[in-house]
Amino acid sequence: MKIYFIEISYLLASILFIFGLKGMSHPETAKRGMHLAEFGMLMAIIGTLVHQEIVSYTWILAGLAIGSFVGVAMGLWVPMTAMPQRTALSHAFGAFAAALVGISEYYRHAGHLGTIEMSALGFEVMLGSLTTTGSLLAFAKLQGLVRGQPMTYRGQNVFNMILLAATIVIFVYLIFVPGSMPLFFTMAGLAFLFGILLVMPIGSADMPVVMALLNSYAGLASAATGFVLSNNVLIIAGTLDGFSGFILSILMCRAMNRSITNVLFGAFGSAATAQVGTDHQGSMREVGLEDIATQLAYAHKVVFVPGYGLATAQAQHAVRELADVLEKRGVTVKYGIHPVAGRMPGHMNVLLAEANVPYSSLYELEQINPEFPTTDVSVVIGANDVVNPDARDNPSSPIAGMPILEVDRSKSVVVLKRGQGKGFSGLENPLFFKPVTGMLYGDAKDTLTRLVQAVQHA
Amino acid sequence: MSGHVLIAALYVFALAAFLGYQVISRVPPLLHTPLMSATNAISGISLVGSLVTAGANYNTVSTILGFIAVVCATTNVVGGFVITDRMLRMFKRKDIAKKD
Repeated sequence: MKIYFIEISYLLASILFIFGLKGMSHPETAKRGMHLAEFGMLMAIIGTLVHQEIVSYTWILAGLAIGSFVGVAMGLWVPMTAMPQRTALSHAFGAFAAALVGISEYYRHAGHLGTIEMSALGFEVMLGSLTTTGSLLAFAKLQGLVRGQPMTYRGQNVFNMILLAATIVIFVYLIFVPGSMPLFFTMAGLAFLFGILLVMPIGSADMPVVMALLNSYAGLASAATGFVLSNNVLIIAGTLDGFSGFILSILMCRAMNRSITNVLFGAFGSAATAQVGTDHQGSMREVGLEDIATQLAYAHKVVFVPGYGLATAQAQHAVRELADVLEKRGVTVKYGIHPVAGRMPGHMNVLLAEANVPYSSLYELEQINPEFPTTDVSVVIGANDVVNPDARDNPSSPIAGMPILEVDRSKSVVVLKRGQGKGFSGLENPLFFKPVTGMLYGDAKDTLTRLVQAVQHA
Repeated sequence: MSGHVLIAALYVFALAAFLGYQVISRVPPLLHTPLMSATNAISGISLVGSLVTAGANYNTVSTILGFIAVVCATTNVVGGFVITDRMLRMFKRKDIAKKD
């Protein structure tokens, strides 16, 4: 009887998870979808608690209480600008749990495992371990605890490949000789190390791809746990997560016109690629705040193009205020969002939504690009590579072929930038040298706030 | 795990992968961040495995590992869902966003 109750709760949870994700296809249905998924999770937990193998609830309740406390605290107090870091940390937690369950299962059976169990368990522990350390390093990079630049050294790729090969050889050996405990722990250790080495050479600008990929691995680790424990809800939920992450990483790569291998092993944005930029004639034209305010105030259509700089300057509310004053004067305001703007997929959308920008004003790349020729002023806020016309015009550029927001086609462009330095990728951006472009240096939030006042007086 | 169970599990895996592809590819880029934190929360379902490990009293090591796993997985699940809710509440239609 008990077993049916458990299985039905798992079946219900699986169905609710799918409905939950289906709701994500539109902002209006997403909230209800998430409530369904939350209810599904609760069902699965309650179902599990009557499991006949559970004899003591002390540690379970303690763990649930501590985890809920930390989870709620993190969920409520993390600022939206720190969303990429939080997500990376959360991936680490999920993957670590999967790895620990795998290690514990191995230890409990002292290696007396069938071929199938051992294969699944090996996958679980390898994916779980490398995702744990990889996500932790991604977290450290995004949080600024570790330098965001790619860390490279001679022979890095070769060394990583040898390490990966060694891990896989041990894994294959263990499938046939599962009893060798020292080798099992060596494999887990190597996987933990590999996670760090995998993320080390990846620069902050490529984080959207890595985040999506780690998301995928964390899901697949859960799915592998499902194979070890013969538990269908684990397989279903883990696979959904695994494929979601996989699809997102492909979308992110496409948005940069690069392959996953190139992102993982190319160490983009390192000193080597920074040399390639062409020398540009002419100089950047610095413009006055008052001029820009007048231009904005008498424009018909203004498009804001945010980048990671918007997040670092916490300028999302200031943008919204500027948009408000402009809209009051009858100016049409839109936002052009590049898929890889920011440090994780959809980062900019969340920031602007936080500042109360209605989602109908947020436009995707394909939707906004045809509109630039009829745009009076495009305001680029802390974005660089995603508006670099070299990607379109210069086939020898390292970012050639990457789809960009074509702000240079609009009648006038204003670039809000911290200073005169090059962007994160180290590439020269010809947009800054074009005659239509005016540069406005300084902290984005401060500049925008002063623009609001200037427009009100215009 | 017998051969039959494995085959059944592979069926579940393949169908879930197919379904996942269909469902996820309909999610607009607008909601990619909430999607990521939602799937992340859902994959914290490994909590189910952690619970059994922590409560089954197999041996001390398993119990300790299980306990740590329960803490991690619960943080993942609860934190993920709380923040997804928080994010989704911020996405407003034009008429509603104007009022605030």
